[in-house]
Amino acid sequence: MDKLKGKAWKFGDGISTDHIAPGRLFHLRSNLPELAKHVLEDARPGFASIVQQGDFVVGGKNFGQGSSREHAPTIIKMAGVSAVIAKSFPRIFFRNCINVGLPALIIDTEKIDEGDELELDLLKGKLANLSKGATYTFPALPKAMANILADGGLVEHIKKHGDFKLD
Amino acid sequence: MGKTLSEKILSAHAGHDVRAGEFAVACVDLVYVQDGTGPLTVRQLEKLGFKTVSSPQRSIVFIDHASPSPRQELSNDHRLLREFCRRTGAILSDTGNGISHNVASEDYINPGEVVVGADSHTCTGGALCAFATGMGSTDIAVAMALGHTWLRVPETWKIAVAGTFPKGVYAKDFMLHFIGTVSADGATYKALEFTGPAMESLPMSGRLTISNMAVESGAKAGLFNSDSVTKAFLESLGRPAGYRPLQADPDAAYEKIMNFDVSTLEPMVACPHFVDNVHPVGTVEPLAVNQVFIGTSTNGRLDDFRVAAAILKGKKVAPGVRLLVTPGSRRTLLDGLADGTIQTLAEAGGIITGPGCGACVGVHEGVLGDGEVCVATQNRNFKGRMGNPNAFIYLASPATAAATAITGRITDPREFL
Repeated sequence: MDKLKGKAWKFGDGISTDHIAPGRLFHLRSNLPELAKHVLEDARPGFASIVQQGDFVVGGKNFGQGSSREHAPTIIKMAGVSAVIAKSFPRIFFRNCINVGLPALIIDTEKIDEGDELELDLLKGKLANLSKGATYTFPALPKAMANILADGGLVEHIKKHGDFKLD
Repeated sequence: MGKTLSEKILSAHAGHDVRAGEFAVACVDLVYVQDGTGPLTVRQLEKLGFKTVSSPQRSIVFIDHASPSPRQELSNDHRLLREFCRRTGAILSDTGNGISHNVASEDYINPGEVVVGADSHTCTGGALCAFATGMGSTDIAVAMALGHTWLRVPETWKIAVAGTFPKGVYAKDFMLHFIGTVSADGATYKALEFTGPAMESLPMSGRLTISNMAVESGAKAGLFNSDSVTKAFLESLGRPAGYRPLQADPDAAYEKIMNFDVSTLEPMVACPHFVDNVHPVGTVEPLAVNQVFIGTSTNGRLDDFRVAAAILKGKKVAPGVRLLVTPGSRRTLLDGLADGTIQTLAEAGGIITGPGCGACVGVHEGVLGDGEVCVATQNRNFKGRMGNPNAFIYLASPATAAATAITGRITDPREFL
């Protein structure tokens, strides 16, 4: 996997899947390109029009809490986001990120400011903050999830192996 | 060393002994989706090239969220789901049948089973001593197709609850208090086991309320032992064969043990916009409310409506307040019609909707206006949850909701008992 490079967009604690993919847009769930135009709208209006290919979504605690809607990480990925970074993730959202092929990194995001240039080396498990000249490490994924992410998501993983590959 | 409930259930489904922290592939007994997550599951199954589901009679599609459909896009999603059921033989629980978690607990889930659903509140099934947990649409697509899923066996917290619930204080108040105590991410990845006299004495309706909200503390599952209450519940629904006693071993290894006593607990409220922003109702500003909503997978059962009806009997909803009453399932609606509960709520001024998720979804049947305040018996008060990011949602018990409907302000229900 190539290095992923982009700018940090900061969000606070407890961003829910209602912030990311609001319930009032329930009718757009079968129209993901249209839903993606509203990604994170209730946390930062107009986000879809300012985020650039390769950028990073940087949250606080419990980023992605709430509903199991996989549409939430899917439209973050569709917006061109390289990875979501947060102090912590709830389990369903974390699992969904990996399943849709969106890296989710657990890092103390206090150290990252809005607009910082970040570069992710997923293979080495390192995130460089080019603006601050700092490098952060993050916990490695369990093997079962690393395999899914390496294959590009759960659909590709199952197509390739026919089943889950835990080891 | 003995086993927790999760270790016991997952060992039985993995085909070998598994312990907390281990990864396992476990077969699943019941898999379900709803109309918010199901269309994506159907499309992912197509992408994966699966034309059949592993066990059609244990695969359920619930049309409960935007149901009946308020928009053509959603009507077309429903068509897709119905066609999927026709093609694969999966069970269709269509509009009017009720909320997935309510119907699954009434008609399908048995103690000791593994249940996965494309809905975060699938953990509701833990009340019946099933290992029940929510996942995304693609995970559920794979579980439906293959009949198994991968899981990390969770560490377990034992939540030991002593005492007797005071008058006007319910399972919902305890669970809000618990979430306020541990916080919204305090129990992330953990399984919770609710034990002790206060939990053992709860009827199944109260247990379902608590298990339903386990995910609001971050937990993966929230389980109760399978006991005489479980047995009586299954018998009352004509499913006695599904019962088996099941409890954690006395020497099971818990990551943490938390002790609570409900004897001094007060009615609690979760204030906007977070479920762990919990305060005793008496300390919350008695704001004027625009809407009161009683229903959902958290508190949409007959016992909940009876509590509300007892408070509202012979009284009227305050002018300017909309009281929404949404039975969780068709069974709840029919039982509530038969015993007069629904009549009482309607006479008080309640608006009775068809069974389903109702206003909790944020797309129909009670979307809030800008600046409006709602007291709801549901499980989430996130910004935008009820369809408007400029509205304010307070979570409470059916009793607090009913008392609030009468006064038009957030009210301690003990004033009416």
